[in-house]
Amino acid sequence: MADTAVLASKAPVAEKPRSVLDARLEALDLPRGGFTAAARADAADRLNAMGLPGKRDEYWRYTDPAAFNAPTAEPLAFTSRASTLFDEIEQLKLVFVDGRFDADASDALDGEGLEISTLAAADAAGDHWAADLYGKLETAGQNPVKRPFAVLNTLAATDGVLIRVTGKVSRPVHILYRREAQDADVTIHHVIRLEEGSELTLLETGGIAARSNVAIEVEVNKEARFHHIASKRADDAKVGIGHVFARVGEGALFKSFTLSVNGSMMRNEGVIEIVGDDAVAHIAAAVLGDGTEGRFHHDDTVFITHAAERCESRQVFKKVLKNGADGIFQGKILVKPGAQKTDGYQISQGLLLDEGSQFLAKPELEIYADDVKCSHGSTTGALDETAMFYLRSRGVPKEQAVVLLVLSFLADALEEIEDDRLRDDILTRLDEWLTSRASA
Amino acid sequence: MLNIKNLHVKLEDEDKQILKGVDLTVPAGEVHAIMGPNGSGKSTLSYVLSGRDGYEVTEGEASLYDHDLLDMEPEERAAAGLFLAFQYPVEIPGVGNLTFLRTAVNAQRKARGEDELSSGEFLKVVREKAKTLQIDADMLKRPVNVGFSGGEKKRNEILQMAMLEPKMCILDETDSGLDVDAMRLVAEGVNALRSPERSFLVITHYQRLLDHIKPDVVHIMSNGRIIKTGGPELALEVEKNGYGDLLAEVG
Repeated sequence: MADTAVLASKAPVAEKPRSVLDARLEALDLPRGGFTAAARADAADRLNAMGLPGKRDEYWRYTDPAAFNAPTAEPLAFTSRASTLFDEIEQLKLVFVDGRFDADASDALDGEGLEISTLAAADAAGDHWAADLYGKLETAGQNPVKRPFAVLNTLAATDGVLIRVTGKVSRPVHILYRREAQDADVTIHHVIRLEEGSELTLLETGGIAARSNVAIEVEVNKEARFHHIASKRADDAKVGIGHVFARVGEGALFKSFTLSVNGSMMRNEGVIEIVGDDAVAHIAAAVLGDGTEGRFHHDDTVFITHAAERCESRQVFKKVLKNGADGIFQGKILVKPGAQKTDGYQISQGLLLDEGSQFLAKPELEIYADDVKCSHGSTTGALDETAMFYLRSRGVPKEQAVVLLVLSFLADALEEIEDDRLRDDILTRLDEWLTSRASA
Repeated sequence: MLNIKNLHVKLEDEDKQILKGVDLTVPAGEVHAIMGPNGSGKSTLSYVLSGRDGYEVTEGEASLYDHDLLDMEPEERAAAGLFLAFQYPVEIPGVGNLTFLRTAVNAQRKARGEDELSSGEFLKVVREKAKTLQIDADMLKRPVNVGFSGGEKKRNEILQMAMLEPKMCILDETDSGLDVDAMRLVAEGVNALRSPERSFLVITHYQRLLDHIKPDVVHIMSNGRIIKTGGPELALEVEKNGYGDLLAEVG
């Protein structure tokens, strides 16, 4: 209620965002919703109250929300190659084409320890276990910072996967995104619940759409383990906003790693609440941005809340930027009263390969417990000249030396991937990609 | 062989002359040592020869066989057969030692128009050479020089040298930071590489390294010049009397 009052007092300023919101909503074909109907109605109310963000919002200081606010997506050309990342790994494949689940291209929706359905199909059918979760973690994640595009997602999502994990699942679930239409504007919402003691690895690869809004809500219950590895498709220009909302229970583990290679305007928000004692939550990203392929702007915004004792959190963000690329990091650790023995660490680093690029970081710690260990670090720099000379003096050509040093810079983030096969696969692709464009 | 004539070098960003006319010839198969007090220009000479940024050659020349070194990029000098063992080997987190070695070996082979070594061939050779330097499998797998002790770092330099098979090896204060046993191990590694086709330029402050790596010729460097050249006995003289007498003698 307090927030509504604040908004009301700012009514003259809020007027413009409201009309932006109206235009945005009018352009959408809003699903009516079955089991999600109540959550969607609530999202509509909340969105009307908060409006869409403008450049003046503190949380949007470094990223202009205009491309996300625009009523429709700007058509963007793309290369139609299918992603082959993780091809060699045994997996359960779920294919989304322009944001719609493609059953023919996907594996059967079953597996030991898994209960899987798609949002569109389940919502049409009615009752569902995900009714307890859909929009719930997103709503909880609106405090203390508003995340209007996540609310919009809950309101407007047309498809997604709903996964309930009841056992230790060794075969990763792989969500593959494919693009067909050049102007697809896609809103996807995934809901994942890991029951006590269960384990799942979720992979996401491919180019989603010209514009995408993806939200993932993950509930990691007691002693469950969740690994998330996403690779945002290389070389396709796109506009994308993503949110991962996680609630991590007692003794549970949550690990998320995202690789982003090019693109044009992206913002990924990670909102993690650690609610059970002795839990672990890590979130990491490796980003490679080249401003020559259109504007490159990549924003990672993270908010980790410690609300339990003896928990560990890590934020590891590495961005390699060149030719006028912008890299942003806003990361916060909030330690609530009573969250003693918290071990929180955050590192964000920008590697600038030329003088035209920039890395902006806003680290924040807010601590209300007295027996905690929390620290953060942020650096921005160029390639280490001594290391360059060392490699070249061994006969490694300059371009190849840059590739090795870029991989070296990203290593800490890649180390956050626990599974060697998945990490090696990403490393190999990264190496090939960097080498193929070493001279650019 | 390495041929340096009247080499003058200043710092690129500062008006500071470091080398003031160095003349030096190291014939094939010979081991030459350069000794000299701090700040005499020994390390600068090694950096300029291997192509490090930050220096400007104002006069003179340097060649390795028929290659004009000063016109080449560092990687081209390496492919032409020059190797610098660093005083402070650089740590490269996240890049495995083996990956680094194989990248370097194959880059040089490629530059010389030779076939690249297959993974199997490379591993066979590297394991063999690592064994004689007492470098274990774990050190080969670890990131380049990360967490290595002083002795391990220097042994790793010698392993790179052994794998790259250069014609001209420059050792920049390879003895610094080594205990007696580590120094002996490094020296044995270097001695094993001595051959009629390979030359060495050993830069050191102390005579003790030269007990293990026996030089044919010893040069004394001071204030940017070679001020005296002699046999191994010159190193003993320095050890006994310090640089003071020598500097006074030359004036």
